[in-house]
Parts: sequence; structure tokens; C-alpha cells
Amino acid sequence: MGYILNEEQTNLVDMVKEFMSNEIKPHVAEFDITGEFPKKLYEKAFEMGLHCLEIPEEFGGGGVDYLTAAAIYEEIAKIDAGFSTGLCAISLALKPVLIAGTPEQKKLFSDIVVPGAFGAFCLTEPNAGSDAGSVRTTAVRDGDEYIINGGKCFITNGGVSDVYVVFASTDKSKGVKGLTAFIVERSRSGITVGKEENKMGIRLSNTSEVVFEDVRIPASNLLGKEGDGFKIAMKTLDLSRPFIGAIAVGVAQRAIDEAVKYSKQRVQFGKPIAKFQAIQFMLADMDIETEAARQTVVYAIQLILAKKPHSREAAIAKCFAGDVAVKVALDAIQVLGGYGYSRDYPVEKLLRDAKIFQIFEGTNQIQRVVVAGHLLK
Amino acid sequence: MNILVCVKQVPDTTEIKIDPITNTLIRAGVPSIVNPFDAYALELAVRIKETNGGIITVLAMGPEQAKSALKECLSVGADKAILVSDRVFGGSDTLATSYILSTTIKAIESKTEKFDLILCGKQAIDGDTGQVGPEIAEHFGYAQVTYAEDITVDGENLRVKRENEDHHEIIETQLPAVITVIKTAYEPRYATIKSKMASNKVQIPTMTSIDLDIDLERTGLKGSPTKVKKTFVPQIKKSGIIIKGKTSSESALELISLLSDASII
Repeated sequence: MGYILNEEQTNLVDMVKEFMSNEIKPHVAEFDITGEFPKKLYEKAFEMGLHCLEIPEEFGGGGVDYLTAAAIYEEIAKIDAGFSTGLCAISLALKPVLIAGTPEQKKLFSDIVVPGAFGAFCLTEPNAGSDAGSVRTTAVRDGDEYIINGGKCFITNGGVSDVYVVFASTDKSKGVKGLTAFIVERSRSGITVGKEENKMGIRLSNTSEVVFEDVRIPASNLLGKEGDGFKIAMKTLDLSRPFIGAIAVGVAQRAIDEAVKYSKQRVQFGKPIAKFQAIQFMLADMDIETEAARQTVVYAIQLILAKKPHSREAAIAKCFAGDVAVKVALDAIQVLGGYGYSRDYPVEKLLRDAKIFQIFEGTNQIQRVVVAGHLLK
Repeated sequence: MNILVCVKQVPDTTEIKIDPITNTLIRAGVPSIVNPFDAYALELAVRIKETNGGIITVLAMGPEQAKSALKECLSVGADKAILVSDRVFGGSDTLATSYILSTTIKAIESKTEKFDLILCGKQAIDGDTGQVGPEIAEHFGYAQVTYAEDITVDGENLRVKRENEDHHEIIETQLPAVITVIKTAYEPRYATIKSKMASNKVQIPTMTSIDLDIDLERTGLKGSPTKVKKTFVPQIKKSGIIIKGKTSSESALELISLLSDASII
């Protein structure tokens, strides 16, 4: 639906769909309630290679094209948005390495992740959310090494990763232009995982604080040059926002599927409520919005594949898909009525999962800043 | 160990519907899958390969589209795949099919090595005869063990856990042998992204009647002593009275009263 894929690509997506339905779906509700990290479920996903779709084949990854990868993330998200986010976030950490890394650095990252491990993209700090330039984590050169000090928060996979890509300031006086990106292996001493967030939704993904105290890394772990950090971060987000959009579309699609199923079964006034136009129009609007959101994702990816500028389109995709996911989840609850409000049915979770897509990877307000910026150039 | 697994591409009969007018299977739109028992057979073969080494070849008889089932097998651990396909084979019953498969296996062996072990699923979920595996054993004159739930290698021999209704047997067999496989304790493994992508790229060779030392009289409709005369959905009679919602003594009293009213007692 929505993605025009050839037979081989469809084969891959169908394989993931079957895996998610048989192996992951039966356990989602339980982990959503307890908030316990579903390590064994992720390990199964690692066996299939769902954590390294985007790592190039030469480094041991799947080397899957972006369009198929988006279709796969959407398929995973239909079963659980948190699980899809946890896997997609590994690729988020990968992107700075692909954008600015040397072949040795790409190998370093891939050798850690491919056998079956998480990576995390560490930009956000308590004082630096939308205002990414206000990062206070420092990286000080000392001979052949850098020493990193600072604390990151709201880091997806922060508590479970074996490798981090950390954005730190190498020159406070330069503000945003003083930010630099580094690969930091979890095995370095001085790294502690702090508080794990008790989240409203996407509870099958881990979101934690990560603290760096006098963490020494070799200078060879620097990505690009000192001062390249902000540019790398922005390019990364431009590449990853469409995938976040794809996950949001997955949430919306699941909401539609649940609402359609329920509306065919629920009988009131002598017939299934699906026979009433009020319900039909709600479902149709949900479907129209979701398909439109999906196509903004597909378009952004097509621009990426054509190596064209895509910053505006990535922001549109992420912003629109996030807003649609929340609205469609709300509507699905409404279609299910009282049962939609009950934790015994799967739709209230979809709203709790959907909300984050208006917040992380750049709030939808920041996305609008990006879009307005392009309009008013 | 050189292992051959016979596989068949079948319609996913959990989704099958019967046309109420013609009483035949509606195949249009029904997805095709690897016959589930063949998938279990392949899983056992892969486990043997993992512990003891070896090469697994999968062989299917069918139309060109059966290659997608063979690719599925390659993505979960088979090393080689071959399709045997020819218009003249159309309409073959189990005897003709087993003859064609056996002849094909012999043709493959003449170019490579003899197979130590031939595995088949116990039956195909569309035909449900369960005959092809044992017939292949007879064509070769090999030992056969049917209804295998598990296989372990024991030196030069194999130990097969063979299922019966209320017990199981452990049968030891020498090789070469044919073993037919039921639902095992091991779920067939998933492919991985990489193995799926790799298997999609493989060119699977097709063998036809020209490549075989085969007597065409024994294939197709001509070579089929059995014929499907009719397929139909049996009528389910829903008559009878159900007594429910009462205690056993109340139910018994009601039953007695019903039976005596009907002059049965």
C-alpha cells in the first residue's frame, strides 16, 4: 500500500510483516504495560538483520534501499512504534558516520552494531532541545585524544547501546559552529547511563540519560573536522526525518485497521456501525490523511534517492505524518467509543505512541521553522 | 552429508475457498507457499548441516512460478535449487510424480554426487495423499522412515524419532535413506534480510524431459493410474437436538422424556 515496490522488495517487506505478526505482536501489550525493555524481542529482530538495514553491504549490513527501508519501518510500526523507533534509531546513529566518516570509522561502527547491538545518536541535553546549538557537552583535545565531559538526555537507546555518536563543543566561543561529532564506544571508561524515562508511549524503546565524565577517545574517532558537528547533525536529521514519518504513518495505519475491523463487528441500531455514513466518513478521512502522509514520506525519499535537496520535504513529511498519526489515533478511539478508552483494546496505546512524533527528531514547531525558512528565502 | 529435500509449491489452503457452483478450488488470488511439511523437512536438513556439515539441494516439480518457493528455501539454508518442469508432466498423479522426481534425482546424481539422504514432507497440503515420499524410496530401493519428528546423526547412521498416535519410536537407519517429515518441534527459521536479498538474485536452473533419461509413457496423465474424479465439499448435516444449560440429572430426565416421546424408548 502506497509504496511502489518490485517483487524482490515486496518479498522483504512481507517477510518482516510475517515476522512481526508471529514473533513480536503477541508480546507488545505486556511490555507496553510494564515498561520492561524487550531485549529478547530485539535479539530476534537482530537475527533477521532489522537493525542494520541501512549499513552498506560492504560493512556487513543489508544495504537495503531507502524506499524499502521506509516500507519496512512502517510495517514494524504497525505492530509497535517503539520497536520500530528503537531499530530506526540505530540507523540514526549510523547516518553521521555515513555522512562524514572515513572507511575505517564506518567499519568501526559497523563492526560493533552488525553482530547485534544498538547505537545511539546523542545530541539533546537538558538545556539543548530545539536549541541544539546550546549544547554544553565539551570535547577537549589532549595530545592524541579528546576528553569528553557532559550529560545527554532523552537519548533513544541511550541505556542499551554499545556505541554512541556524540555531539560536543570543541569551541564554545563559536556557538553552533563549534560543535563536533565523535564516535564513542560504550566500552570507554567514564560513561554512565542515568535515568531511564518512564514514557507515555513508545514504551518498547529505551530512552535514557547518558553521562560522560572525562571520557577519553582517540582523535581518530572524530567525524569530519572540528566545527562540522552542526552541519552533520542537520544533514542526519534531513535523512532520518522521512523514516520517522514512515513510523508515524505505521501508527496511523494500525489505527485505521483497528477502527475498520471494529466498525464491521460492532452492531448498533440493528446494523454494523460501518454501515453508517458518519463512521464511513470518519474512516475515509483517516485513510485520506494517512495516505497523503505516506506520500510525503515517499516523495522525500525519492528526492534523497535522486540526490536532490530534501530538507524542506523531510520536514514536511515528519511534521505532517506526526500530526496525522495523532489525529487518526484520536479518531480511532472515537470509532471504538467506550472500548477505545479501555486499555484492554489496542487503540488507546496508539494515541500514546503517536504523540511523540510531534516532538522528537525536531518538534513539529521546528519543522515549521524549517518549512517557513524555505518559503521566505 | 549430501542431502536432497523435495519441496512443492502449494496454495495456502488456510485461505482456500471452494467455488460453490463448480466445486473446485478457487486458486486465483490465493498466495502460494512452500508446503509446510517440506519446510519442516528443510529445517531438519539445515540442522543436520549445522551440526555435521554437508550440502542441501532442494528440488521441486512444478511450473516456472515454483521457483519462488525454491528461492524461499535458499533463503533459509538450502545451498542449491533445481526446478524440474515440462508440459508433458502435467496431470501427473503421485506415481508419475515420484517417477519424475526419482529420475531427476538420478540425473542430478550422475553429474555430482549421490545423495546420502532424501527428505520429503509427509504430505502436500493440497493433494494430501502422503504417497510421493515412500514411492521415491521404492523407486530407489532405499530404506524409508516415515512420520519423522526429529533426526539425529549417529556415526554412519541416522536415528529418527518416529511419531505414532500415542507413542513414538526411535528408528535407526543406514544411509542412503528416504525420510518423510511431520511437524517438528523446531519451527522453520526465518530468512534474514541478507539471505532473502541473496536468494532473490539466484538463477535457478530448470531441467526438462530432454535432460532426463525418462520414459514419457510413465509421466503425465498417461502415466497416472489414479485420477481425481470429483472434489466436493461434504454436506454437513446440522440436525439433532442439543440439551444444554442443565445439571446432568436434569439433562438425563429431559433426554429420557425426548426419547420416550419419540417412541424410541
